[in-house]
Amino acid sequence: MAIDPIHEMDAKEEKAERIDIPILGMTCASCASTIQSGLAGLPGVDKASVNFATSKATVLYHPEKVNVKDLAKTVKQSGYAVGTVSVELPIQGMKCASCVTAIEKALLQKNGITMASVNLATEKARVEYIPSEISLAEISKTIEGSGYKVIQFPQEEKLEDVEEILREKENKKLKTKFLAGLILGIIIFFGSMPHWFPWIPTFLNNFFVLWAFATPVQFWIGWQFYKGAWGAFRHRNANMDTLIAVGTSAAYLYSVAATLFPSFFESGGIKPEVYFDTSAMIIVLILLGRLLEAKAKGQTSEAIKKLVGLQPKTARIRRDGKEMDIPVEEVLVGDEILVRPGEKIPVDGVVLEGKSAVDESMITGESLPAKKEQGDEVIGATINKTGSFTFTATKVGRDTALAQIIKLVGEAQGSKAPIQRLADVIAGYFVPIVISIAIAVFVIWFNFGPDPALTFAFLNFVAVMIIACPCALGLATPTAVMVGTGKGAENGILIKGGESLETAHKLDTIVFDKTGTLTKGEPEVTDIVTAGSFSEEDILKYAASAEKASEHPLGEAIIKKALEKGIELESPKDFNAVEGHGLEAKVDGKAVFIGNKKLMDNRKIRVGEMEEKADTFAAEGKTPIYVSLDREFAGLVAVADTLKENSILAVKKLESLGLNVIMLTGDNRKTAKAIALKAGIKDVIPEVLPEDKVREIKKLQSEGKKVAMVGDGINDAPALAQADIGIAIGSGTDVAIEASDITLIKGDLNGVVAAIELSKRTIRVIKQNLFWAFFYNTAGIPIAAGVLYPFFGILLNPIFASAAMAFSSVTVVSNSLRLKKAKIRI
Amino acid sequence: MSAKLIVTVFGAILIILVNWYFFFSKRKTKSVGVQDEGIQEVRINVKGGYEPDVIEVKKDIPVRLNFYRDETNDCSDTIVFSDFNIRKPLPAYKTTAVEFTPKKEGEFGFTCGMGMLKGKLIVKKDF
Repeated sequence: MAIDPIHEMDAKEEKAERIDIPILGMTCASCASTIQSGLAGLPGVDKASVNFATSKATVLYHPEKVNVKDLAKTVKQSGYAVGTVSVELPIQGMKCASCVTAIEKALLQKNGITMASVNLATEKARVEYIPSEISLAEISKTIEGSGYKVIQFPQEEKLEDVEEILREKENKKLKTKFLAGLILGIIIFFGSMPHWFPWIPTFLNNFFVLWAFATPVQFWIGWQFYKGAWGAFRHRNANMDTLIAVGTSAAYLYSVAATLFPSFFESGGIKPEVYFDTSAMIIVLILLGRLLEAKAKGQTSEAIKKLVGLQPKTARIRRDGKEMDIPVEEVLVGDEILVRPGEKIPVDGVVLEGKSAVDESMITGESLPAKKEQGDEVIGATINKTGSFTFTATKVGRDTALAQIIKLVGEAQGSKAPIQRLADVIAGYFVPIVISIAIAVFVIWFNFGPDPALTFAFLNFVAVMIIACPCALGLATPTAVMVGTGKGAENGILIKGGESLETAHKLDTIVFDKTGTLTKGEPEVTDIVTAGSFSEEDILKYAASAEKASEHPLGEAIIKKALEKGIELESPKDFNAVEGHGLEAKVDGKAVFIGNKKLMDNRKIRVGEMEEKADTFAAEGKTPIYVSLDREFAGLVAVADTLKENSILAVKKLESLGLNVIMLTGDNRKTAKAIALKAGIKDVIPEVLPEDKVREIKKLQSEGKKVAMVGDGINDAPALAQADIGIAIGSGTDVAIEASDITLIKGDLNGVVAAIELSKRTIRVIKQNLFWAFFYNTAGIPIAAGVLYPFFGILLNPIFASAAMAFSSVTVVSNSLRLKKAKIRI
Repeated sequence: MSAKLIVTVFGAILIILVNWYFFFSKRKTKSVGVQDEGIQEVRINVKGGYEPDVIEVKKDIPVRLNFYRDETNDCSDTIVFSDFNIRKPLPAYKTTAVEFTPKKEGEFGFTCGMGMLKGKLIVKKDF
């Protein structure tokens, strides 16, 4: 565990101030020491400690000798960047250059400001600051404190919003263009086919009129294709836009030539015909495809939008005895926060006082509200249901569970699955090859095709260009990964990325750590057997009272049981722990012995037939505890770590998925067998020391098995990392578990089943998508080229080619969206 | 007959030209100098491709590539350096920094999320 740098150093002098500086660009631990020595060498710095893991420098410094700007400069000089936010504040009331200096000076004295530059001409202050150290409100206050006014409080812009607005705008434009194109396209379509639509006014059959209608479609509505194609062309790239721009331009220009120089075509024995309908309808259909695709693609990222939307806006805190509502960004660790029924819990923390039930479904996927009382963890963004309570903030800003989840899901959704590799390689060569094929098709039809060869050659050239769809290839995997990981996040399953998804579906062996994973990890009293005239209450009362002085986990189980039964406990006297045996104490004047058989033998207390009973308990994986009162044997208490409610069901489900389930534990063979039997597990690896867990996983892997390890993220981290898939059982706010590929926010083992099912489904969808995309292109291009013509006389009209192309990517994205509806819960 | 010959020859030349242009032609190369901060930093404009799209850097010195995405076209919304295990979303009209330290000499490709836009990072011992 990393040592908290804050505790490492105590403020030497009262005046020294502490600051945490986020650092960017550290790649190794030696970077940390470079920065550390640089900072520590500055005059006025008492101590500097740089933590590579948290990417933070903690510095104790004297503001009168050195300011944050100097600290930031030193970090920069060591070759790293400081994680700051830059803001521009309009200032009123500045009259001269000296005002500038005054404001700058005041700002730079503040902890957390790394740069301040005030411009008199523009009346603006540009401030770079560390958001975790100082808030915008405090910056404004500082400026106002030196006698000036900050005109408006700028909103710290949110990236997602800007993206969203731009996308919205783009979509609106696309829609307008599509509608305009549709109207023009229909007119051109009808006008181009006088033999089909004889009722159309004859002037619409005129080539020049059709030309006039087709031109805006080509160059206004279709302008984006030219723009995209040109942008790519300049960089020696070719994409979808290239194909559409070249294809439609060919149809358009051919038609223009036929309109202007019909005699040229006639002299070659070709009837001059125009294909304005082809170029226009292709553009309209592709636009429609893009509209539908954009809509569907928007849905693939819905999960993360939902998560972002969960973020609470304000918090009601109590500072210096006063209650106030503040923006959630300004909540500090240690703040006391009040939550009323129906309110959202703003940040992560621990309940101080009060009781309530909290709906945590949005984070953990658990539908039943969780009971909360003093000492319990609460998670930010969950909703308080019944009672009011106060809690202490423990994690704020980027450290909250929700922020971590958003980050993890965001990274996962951007990740690549290895299955995608082939599609990627092909996509890179796809367009130029399609252009080459299209040219070859033109040449072949021109040379060997039936009359009119030029027309056939030309139409098939356009069809090949238009039908090829690299987009379906490119969208096949990422959309499925996005929906799959998003679906997981909604159910409290965090998947690291595409690679984890892909490996998870290949698993054949799943290893469970016992304590805390299969079992609750907290021993409980399972049986009480009384002897003679003693009652259960007697045993619990005296044993629990005596155990009050001990800190043994078995003792805690007895105390818990007694309290549950409402038994009042006494304070023990003359407490004495007997190493390796148990304990003795006086409760209510009675001598109490609690421990194993050895203790009873030692104190010459006869237990009679109870020893057999004790052996039975041991065989069941329980620990028998002997209790005697006033030297008379009173009975047995059996304590055991009990299975979690869902362990048995989860094991059964996993086996039905074809997985070999193995339990790994440090317990002796007998106890281990007993617990495994209860859980329904056949294979047990007992007596494994914690440090040997990795070896056991390696052994399984060397047998050619694909192994998943399920354990907690802290003790089992090395084994989780060694396994092909590490599944960490998290609890509450502890979500960023580094070593794992899959993190279950809730301790429920059904999540393991759900995660594996989800991965299988996602991979199935990816395979369908890839098949569809490959099949579509490998079948579509030859058909468009006219290979069926010599045998069946079938040729593909370029308009149909464009419709097929437009809907191929929509099909792929829609198929991925099916995952959203998948039922993965048990 | 002659028309067919002309079309064939012309078509063949066109195919060669297309493949040469997209796959083999020389790209614009930009060598990156080391800044005062000890970082090799370069701004790359993203619009239908990468500008510059061939970047020369020195080995063992941290590299910061600032991608400015000057469009909303979906094609370029992700940048991938598969050799460095980097895959980052590029928000439109924003600069996104990609940081790493090249430890090996050689040529490393970078692409958009779909592998259609391409660029190259050349890591050299010295220029």
